[in-house]
Amino acid sequence: MTQVAHDETAFAPPAEVEEVELYHPKTFIGKYIWSQDAKVIAIQYSITAIGIGLVALVLSGIMRLQLGFPDTFSFIDPSSYIQNVTIHGMIMVIYLLTALFLGGFGNYLIPLMVGARDMVFPYVNMISYWVYLAAVLVLVASFFAPGGATGAGWTLYPPQAILPGTPGSDWGIVLMLISLALFIVGFTMGGLNYVVTVLQARTRGMSLMRMPLTIWGIFMATILALLAFPALFVSAIMMILDQTIGTSFFMPAVVSMGEQLDYDGGSPILFQHLFWFFGHPEVYIVALPAFGIVSDLISVHARKNIFGYRMMVWAIIAIGALSFIVWAHHMYVSGMHPYFGFFFATTTLIIAVPTALKVYNWVLTLWKGNIRLTVPMLFAIGFIFTFVNGGITGLFLGNVTVDVALSDTYFVVAHFHMVMAVSPILVVFGAIYHWYPKITGRMLNDTLGKTHFWITFLGTYAIYYPMHYLGILGVPRRYYANGVTDFIPESAQSLNAGITVAALIVGVAQLIFIYNLIISYSRGKEAGGNPWEATTLEWQTPDTPPKHGNFGDELPVVYRWAYDYGVPGAELDYIPQNQPPRPTSTDSEA
Amino acid sequence: MASTTTANPEDIPSDGLESLIADWSSDQRAFKKVPWGKAMMWIFLLSDTFIFTCFLTSYMTVRTTTTVPWPNPSEVFALTIAGNHVPLLLIAIMTFILISSSGTMAMAVKFGYEKNRKVCAYLLIVTALFGASFVGMQAFEWTKLIVDEGVRPWGNPMGAAQFGASFFMITGFHGFHVSIGVIFLIITATKVWRGSIELGRPGFMTGRAGSYDMVETMGLYWHFVDLVWVFIFAFFYLW
Repeated sequence: MTQVAHDETAFAPPAEVEEVELYHPKTFIGKYIWSQDAKVIAIQYSITAIGIGLVALVLSGIMRLQLGFPDTFSFIDPSSYIQNVTIHGMIMVIYLLTALFLGGFGNYLIPLMVGARDMVFPYVNMISYWVYLAAVLVLVASFFAPGGATGAGWTLYPPQAILPGTPGSDWGIVLMLISLALFIVGFTMGGLNYVVTVLQARTRGMSLMRMPLTIWGIFMATILALLAFPALFVSAIMMILDQTIGTSFFMPAVVSMGEQLDYDGGSPILFQHLFWFFGHPEVYIVALPAFGIVSDLISVHARKNIFGYRMMVWAIIAIGALSFIVWAHHMYVSGMHPYFGFFFATTTLIIAVPTALKVYNWVLTLWKGNIRLTVPMLFAIGFIFTFVNGGITGLFLGNVTVDVALSDTYFVVAHFHMVMAVSPILVVFGAIYHWYPKITGRMLNDTLGKTHFWITFLGTYAIYYPMHYLGILGVPRRYYANGVTDFIPESAQSLNAGITVAALIVGVAQLIFIYNLIISYSRGKEAGGNPWEATTLEWQTPDTPPKHGNFGDELPVVYRWAYDYGVPGAELDYIPQNQPPRPTSTDSEA
Repeated sequence: MASTTTANPEDIPSDGLESLIADWSSDQRAFKKVPWGKAMMWIFLLSDTFIFTCFLTSYMTVRTTTTVPWPNPSEVFALTIAGNHVPLLLIAIMTFILISSSGTMAMAVKFGYEKNRKVCAYLLIVTALFGASFVGMQAFEWTKLIVDEGVRPWGNPMGAAQFGASFFMITGFHGFHVSIGVIFLIITATKVWRGSIELGRPGFMTGRAGSYDMVETMGLYWHFVDLVWVFIFAFFYLW
């Protein structure tokens, strides 16, 4: 049988742009602190994001303690509970997942995978990280401000977000909004770099349809972010003005605590529209990089080309485009014209089509693959389970009639944690286990990794699966305590206690992962350049970890797509993207 | 750029949909001959468009939501000159100046590509002066509204409180864009005047390619700021 590699060409056009000299720092500070190397910036982003993510993890542990064992812990009061809910949500969605996927993986992988020396504007890229760090610090500062962090819920809905009585309505909310505005400014600087690098700085032979799906996912997510964050930025500015100088953009005439406030005539629904115009694409800002990365993990570790590469790309684009016209499905119970509900329910359900297509293609990639159950692969397969699970409950909530009953219950909590918390975080873990050898030159410990996977995967099911039942019972979310309520049976409390135990175990189990990251840095097995036998360019670098400039003297030339695994007739079961076709291949038989 | 070559120039369609598809299916660059800085500016402007769209949409929403009557813009923004009440006079002058500055900017780009350093720098400075005078007149307008007419972000004597809030926020944000633009116009003019752009060395605001692309990129931003003003003018002053 002849070699029938997909999309293989012997010719690569000559370079269109001359190479530009990179700025090479000579001091430690220049190399590792004020670094302009995308790889160092990526690690700075990742460490900051994981650090603040651990804070959010602890906050969720405190919330679970209260829910599982009410009236037991004196250090949790209703105010601090709702503050924890708010900050946990905000950190996890924006400061952890968005920053880690785009700032972390985006910075590390985009230049390496498209064959560039660095991002197009390294200096702007560096500023991006430092503004992000400032945003994180302002967020943390809000804990220590008078009145504490904001307790408005992560959606920050006015009027309650800035009315007295809500925790942190003086300082907390303002610091939160400033922090978000800073994050958006910082992200925009990074995001412009990611998009332009993908569009304009690819290496010879690297066409868009030869890019690994990881890059497609990150690329599309960055575009979504650049177009969705403006809505949040604008609403942050308007709410800061409402809070500090007393404008009435979002504030209607309000009687608060027996007093008529000075606000008059604003529209709280306007904030909800702006927030969700950002908020729904945000779901896909987190999900699309996960989709892309998991496609690559599955393909590499199943030793098989991704099923339906082109359809996978178009599905990413379709999901990205559709994500801008579904936002009001978060507002079915806010009061909307029924025809709007009809429209948004329809668009919401249409998104299920490209999403389901991706799931089928992942499963079909696994089918008859030569599956290696490595740790990244375990996490990738775990992702398919949790994602299908969370996706299906999304169909329930996308329908107006069903959503009205389930809205603001634990069913919603279960749904979005399954689909956009657990699923992307499993991919994050898988991706770290997958690329750690390239970043450090050493493998992560396998046994620790597998332990970490099974506790996390089964544990998260133990946490979120029962929450669906709580939600169907009607247990409301964001409540500090349910008290004695007729429709909530006693058994709901036992279930809550069980969930808390599972949550604490999963939370503590993450220490295994952190320990593994630290210990393997010095003690891990030497990885070599390409431990997973992968085809993409980052595994073909002359040095591991790659040096500044990534590819040594010559940039690689790409002759094929990223998924030449198990090509019949090839010497190895994989062909790197930069390997030219064999001159002896006989085309006549094909 | 001199170094730009394509694989088989005769095979690649040069115009129409086919050339678009050819560019996007090709390797290395999706926008052929577009330098990095210019591509980045276009994408930034797209993002910024969303910001201004959100601002203007929000303004329209609060304007239609509030039950209090909206102040009449042609009354509020009128000037009394020698006893004559002239509606929208200041805004007309400001708009004229800003649109004119787009003209001088476009000429600066032309002379830049012709490597006519001095004329390019002069035109950039003229553009910056137009921009600065725009901001100056805006400051005058704000002062008049605040001091003479008692308009505040949280209320005003003429009607809906959202009038002042939206006005100061949106024109303030636009004025901030113009001010940033003026600063960078001056920086660009200095670089052009000194000839730093032609050295072809990497540096702040000289562009990595060492060509006058940087002036054009600056121009993109400036034209965008002018274009946004047209929308603010239409939606705020004429509605």
